[in-house]
Amino acid sequence: MMLNWMRANLFSSWGNSLLTLISLWLVWVIGSGIVEWALIDAIFTGDNREACLVPGAGACWPYVGAKWNQFIYGRYPLESQWRVDLIFAMGAGALIPSMIEGMRGRRWFVLFLLLPFPVITYVLLTGGMFGLAEISSDLWGGLVVTLIVAVTGIVASLPLGILLALGRQSDLPLIKAICVVFIEFWRGVPLITVLFMASVMLPLFLPDGVVIDKLLRCLIGVALFSSAYMAEVVRGGLQALPKGQTEGAQALGLSYWQSMRLIILPQALRLVIPGIVNTFIGLFKDTTLVLIIGLFDLLGIIQLTFTDAGWSTPQTHNTGYVVAAFIFWIFCFAMSRYSQRMEKRLDVTGER
Amino acid sequence: MTTPMVQIKNMHKYYGDFHVLRGIDLDVAQGERIVICGPSGSGKSTLIRCLNRLEVHQKGDITVDGITLNDDVKNIDEVRREVGMVFQHFNLFPHLTILENCTLAPIFVRHMPKKDAEERAMEYLTRVRIPDQAHKYPGELSGGQQQRVAIARALCMMPKLMLFDEPTSALDPEMIKEVLEVMVELAEDGMTMLCVTHEMGFARQVADRVIFMDEGEIVEMAPPVEFFDNPRSERTKAFLGQIM
Ligand SMILES: Nc1ncnc2c1ncn2[C@@H]1O[C@H](COP(=O)(O)OP(=O)(O)O)[C@@H](O)[C@H]1O
Ligand SMILES: [Mg+2]
Repeated sequence: MMLNWMRANLFSSWGNSLLTLISLWLVWVIGSGIVEWALIDAIFTGDNREACLVPGAGACWPYVGAKWNQFIYGRYPLESQWRVDLIFAMGAGALIPSMIEGMRGRRWFVLFLLLPFPVITYVLLTGGMFGLAEISSDLWGGLVVTLIVAVTGIVASLPLGILLALGRQSDLPLIKAICVVFIEFWRGVPLITVLFMASVMLPLFLPDGVVIDKLLRCLIGVALFSSAYMAEVVRGGLQALPKGQTEGAQALGLSYWQSMRLIILPQALRLVIPGIVNTFIGLFKDTTLVLIIGLFDLLGIIQLTFTDAGWSTPQTHNTGYVVAAFIFWIFCFAMSRYSQRMEKRLDVTGER
Repeated sequence: MTTPMVQIKNMHKYYGDFHVLRGIDLDVAQGERIVICGPSGSGKSTLIRCLNRLEVHQKGDITVDGITLNDDVKNIDEVRREVGMVFQHFNLFPHLTILENCTLAPIFVRHMPKKDAEERAMEYLTRVRIPDQAHKYPGELSGGQQQRVAIARALCMMPKLMLFDEPTSALDPEMIKEVLEVMVELAEDGMTMLCVTHEMGFARQVADRVIFMDEGEIVEMAPPVEFFDNPRSERTKAFLGQIM
């Protein structure tokens, strides 16, 4: 069995055998290096840098343990961190059932996530109401900021992007022009520039006395930026549909919005799920750029901890970056897998 | 005397500079069946697509069931509710089941309760002889079956007028008959029909009048017997000679 499979798939020809062997060798070299660094030579216990100063030491895991709280919460006060935990718990508690097909009450979980949840999150995180201590967004950081920026961007960019894509195809010249200019403007400038403008230039244009929170400005910038990308992805899907679909809907008497909602968008969005998720993943990783304007996302916080002399060792940087990469990878991989499952599930229509 | 279902007066249509329809005059009485034929590119599709405003005409008047077609969106919506259309390529919605295809417009346009809409849909699916396919998706059906669904879907809106744009020309020969049968039955039930087709047997059997179009004009219009046995225009003769 096994031998047959190997012969058919790995060693079917002289060239294939060579490729198999080279691949195996590469996997071995890289894999063993990683295992050696992360496990065999790694330091697992210790209270400060001394532990990790052993010559030839691998990853410095006690450093991660000591700084983990900062990785997640940034400088959010310890005694108030339960609020963040509560948000995480609510978010996960609603997200998981809302992603399971055929789950009872699924739409209520989705509705909860879209409407009350952001408000609850805002109230809990900022405080200053209901007897909660006010906590300035300057203190937020770590994974919390990464998730806030990414999730806001993701949730805002899809509906905005759809509207922009529809507007770009509109018969009304003014709406069309506005959408084209908007999309091309935001696609034409780098995100860093957008963030700089949001943090440095925008306040100059605002009337005196009006102060908008830096994080909020950044969120708006990211949402508008990613919605322009999303618009183009969605447009690709709209253009891929045959004209007959719109005509079929029109001939039945459906209004423009009905035909979009019931006929065109469900098909168009399904076609571009890979592109949509690609944009989401790109956005998730681009959140690291907020460091430029002095917001400390996960990566920013990790880099900040490098400056702590108490944990400065030759392996601190490596370990920190690996942790950052791993956390980002988990989120992006999860998005990618979920989108693949969704594509498969939605592809049962018998279209051939 | 009842008003005609369709009144077209000196109607012109342009695509940019291209003069597609050049002065069409046509009245269709209630219950009348009209077959339109003519060479490809003569404007047959454009003509019937003007009747539910899938295309906009530039000159002249079109009245459908007493409603004048102009820029007034309310009129357009009203006409589209009363006019069913069957396309050459079916234009079913592939992401919805057959049943959902049929109930969509009654539910969202006519605001029918879902149960009633489904009952009605099953009734029409039975009439086009595919009630057992109701829960499949369009992609799982043959072309002939899909076209019969498309007819049922249009009928579910209880239209007063049905437009057919070459409903059998994208079908394999063995499926043409099943679709034509459904259309003949519909004609026998008294539906007002405007049908672009080159199925001359169908035209002889059900049409009250046959229209020959060429280069954006109605060249000849006559009852089928006269039209086929005694065409007056040379162009009609040449065309009939080619297709028969
Ligand atoms: N959207 C369009 N834009 C420009 N020209 C068109 C368009 N649709 C059709 N035409 C042209 O109008 C003429 C009539 O088309 P059509 O009504 O589809 O003819 P038929 O149905 O009789 O074959 C053809 O010459 C065709 O090329
Ligand atoms: Mg045609």
